Amino acid sequence: MNSTQLPVAIVKGVLGACRSRTVLLVAGLASVLLWLGVPTELLAAVTGSPPAAASTALDGGLSGIAAPELTAADYPSIRGVNARVAVWLVAQLHLWFAAFVLAVPIFVFIIEAIGMKTRDKRYDDMAYEFIKISITAYSLTAILGGLLLFSLIVFYPDLFSYLSRIFGESMFYYALAFFAESAALYLYYYGWHWLQGGFRKWLHLTVGLVLNAVGTTLMFLANGWVTFMMSPAGVDPAGLFAGDAWTAMHNYLWNPINLHRFIANIAYGGSIVGAYAAFRFLSATRPEERAHYDWMGYNANFVAILALLPLPFAGYYLAAEIYAYSQQMGITLMGGIFAWLFIIQAVLIGTLFLSANYYLWCGMGRSDGAARYHCYIKYLAIAIIGSFLVWFTPHTLVLTNEELKALGGPYHKYLGPLGIMPAKNTAVNIMILATAVSFLFYRRSNRIATVSWVKAGNAAQLALYTAGIANLLFLGIYHGYFTNTVYKVAASIPQVMTTLIIIVVSITLDSLMYRGAREVAPLNWGRVPNRAQYALFLLAVAFTWLMGLMGYIRSGIRQHWHVTDVFRDASPDAYTPTLGYAANVVSVGTIAFMVLVIFVFWLSQVSGRRTPSEGFWKGAAG
Amino acid sequence: MRHFLKVTIFSLLMIGFFAGFSNFGIPEIKPAPPPVIEPLDLTAMTPERFVSLGEKLFKGKGTCTLCHNAVGGRAPLLEQSALIAGERLADSRYQGSAADAQAYLVESLLEPSAYVVAGFGKAGSGDTVSPMPSARAGSIGLSDVEVDAIVAYLQDLAGVEVTVAIPSGAEPETSDQETPDAPPRAALASADEVLARFACVACHKVSGEGGELGPDLSRIGATRDAAYLRRAILDPAAEVAEGYPPIMPMTYSGEMYAGELQLLVQYLASQR
Repeated sequence: MNSTQLPVAIVKGVLGACRSRTVLLVAGLASVLLWLGVPTELLAAVTGSPPAAASTALDGGLSGIAAPELTAADYPSIRGVNARVAVWLVAQLHLWFAAFVLAVPIFVFIIEAIGMKTRDKRYDDMAYEFIKISITAYSLTAILGGLLLFSLIVFYPDLFSYLSRIFGESMFYYALAFFAESAALYLYYYGWHWLQGGFRKWLHLTVGLVLNAVGTTLMFLANGWVTFMMSPAGVDPAGLFAGDAWTAMHNYLWNPINLHRFIANIAYGGSIVGAYAAFRFLSATRPEERAHYDWMGYNANFVAILALLPLPFAGYYLAAEIYAYSQQMGITLMGGIFAWLFIIQAVLIGTLFLSANYYLWCGMGRSDGAARYHCYIKYLAIAIIGSFLVWFTPHTLVLTNEELKALGGPYHKYLGPLGIMPAKNTAVNIMILATAVSFLFYRRSNRIATVSWVKAGNAAQLALYTAGIANLLFLGIYHGYFTNTVYKVAASIPQVMTTLIIIVVSITLDSLMYRGAREVAPLNWGRVPNRAQYALFLLAVAFTWLMGLMGYIRSGIRQHWHVTDVFRDASPDAYTPTLGYAANVVSVGTIAFMVLVIFVFWLSQVSGRRTPSEGFWKGAAG
Repeated sequence: MRHFLKVTIFSLLMIGFFAGFSNFGIPEIKPAPPPVIEPLDLTAMTPERFVSLGEKLFKGKGTCTLCHNAVGGRAPLLEQSALIAGERLADSRYQGSAADAQAYLVESLLEPSAYVVAGFGKAGSGDTVSPMPSARAGSIGLSDVEVDAIVAYLQDLAGVEVTVAIPSGAEPETSDQETPDAPPRAALASADEVLARFACVACHKVSGEGGELGPDLSRIGATRDAAYLRRAILDPAAEVAEGYPPIMPMTYSGEMYAGELQLLVQYLASQR
């Protein structure tokens, strides 16, 4: 038995005991969680009973941790280095890479599963190419994580000490989980071609599931530390931390951030891989190569859009929870010094939606059958741009005295409410629906439905969208103009439900209509203009920049507190930087990230290159 | 290489656009620096200064105007709050334990859910739970004296009598507010010193000696209580004694320290 046969034999033995493939997947997930030592907490969350670790932790003396009262002298400095900017940039770079390497395995797992289900090897090859990109990025993520750790210890020793006293237990688990993550990722990547076919493929998929479970657990752990700084839990009125690690982790904003980051990471990962595919498409010289990377870019964009659609809803949930935790924090976020940030955000979200839709519209050129839908594109563009302009409208206008006098106040009687949430909710929901329609047109571009109820189906689709948009507008106008401020945000939930119902029902209906549809013109992969690839680049750049900007506000709403209301920041940098300053830091970070990502892309290509070296090696033919 | 350069330039242009819009496309707002904790010298406190401190706290450390403003409509306006406090106490929805208007105002800062103005409760609570945090908790963290100062400001704002006891303790408290620029004078230690400094006897007879432009205060304690005397010093125009001209200065609320006022009122109340 050679070295390859031995593990295979072991695996076969284990597999023999697992007749059900589903059992294998679930067992893989459970074993990792058990090994991590996390399940007592997770089980407690599920069952509602307090975890056994809680009492142990309390007995262990965690109760009564006081936040130190610092002065500027307590913050070490290094000449020529701004501590806050250094930690800011390193943390943001770590976060960008972490988001990327956590997201890619999620949709690689799904694409691999689709490949297994359809037995279409193209999916398997594409999934492998995706994971190949993330493997190098993984090392960079770890390096940046280490740099962040050292930066915190060097520049903010008291803060790190305070957090480690509260979260020491989870930090230890985090380090262990990182081992598991590395093991699973390397096995998943290096074992890709080894674990092919039959049960081996199932085993490989299980490794992918384990990889994602551990990766997500890692993110949740780190999110617990970050959100404790925003909405500390387990702290008594005197400011003493009297809980355990689980109490601290399970704070008010933990789950909203978990959800938001999980979805955003997928969208972000899709956009970065899309940029990779776009670059390879532009560099490709052979038609089949262009076709391959066109197809890859389309799938990456599909992943990004799929995750982008629910992202605003996750954002609303997070913002609503911030308000529920602290109205002060909520107002600081949305109506205070950060209010103008959301106008910048509107520009970026508008960019994301426009570029994603533009890519889809360009992609319709792959089939001659799409000409039927070209006349509708302009209406979709008008809807998206109109929605963008509503989102772009600021709540408070900067006016001269004459303008104020002419307007009769700081707000226009009818257009003023465009600056508040009901109007913006309406705008983003319409933007999402326009994107869904773009997707439906794209799906239909090369086919004609053959079912007998085509006309009725189309009429139903039209009625569904018309009624849905009317409902969105009614809710937006009613809550925008006729309700008290406190209840204005109440429009968001029925609007979200309206949008989700329209999308689910219309796609289901469309799938039924186009079952067994006739192809009118082939879909020519590779037949897409180069400018469409720039839309993919724009998606990646805008996403990266937007993540950096939102990282600034997430951290900034704590204002002059390391831990909100508990641990005051007394460093010379305790003031909140202006938006312009923050934008410059984010821009520098984005450029640094892009440089590193290009390096990663280049590395993934260079590993496959061979340079002839005739005459260099002794006794070798070259 | 050509595509690499084009893509790089395109990406840099987009990043430049986002940064440029953030720097030049929106108004630059410089966030306020973190509040500085400085000692608050209560020995130099006058009623006017106390009201002024309350206003600063209301607009600053207390973060009250974040919600209580005419723009957002997120919380009720408080201009008339001290005036209608009595109505609140009589309201069937009132859940607190305050006995008078001043106590109601204090309670509304510390336990905001005791009475929630209709339409301003937390969503789904039926206006029984206020979204407002306690003014003593968290980053607001007002002290008892600071709460009283805000109540004094609200009373002054509503045009009702400031009934809050002006602190006169010698122990300095800490506050995020600025201290007065000029160093305060030393507080007077006795009623006699107060009478002399503020030249009360120029117009009033005290212990049988003094002017006759104002009422004789030699036995004033027999007919007037301390609250009346306090109001008469701070706001002489509110009730002018019959037969005397309204010439008493209105400046004592800004000049007389709270401790000095207390000494004077106690002394006059004891003159029977």
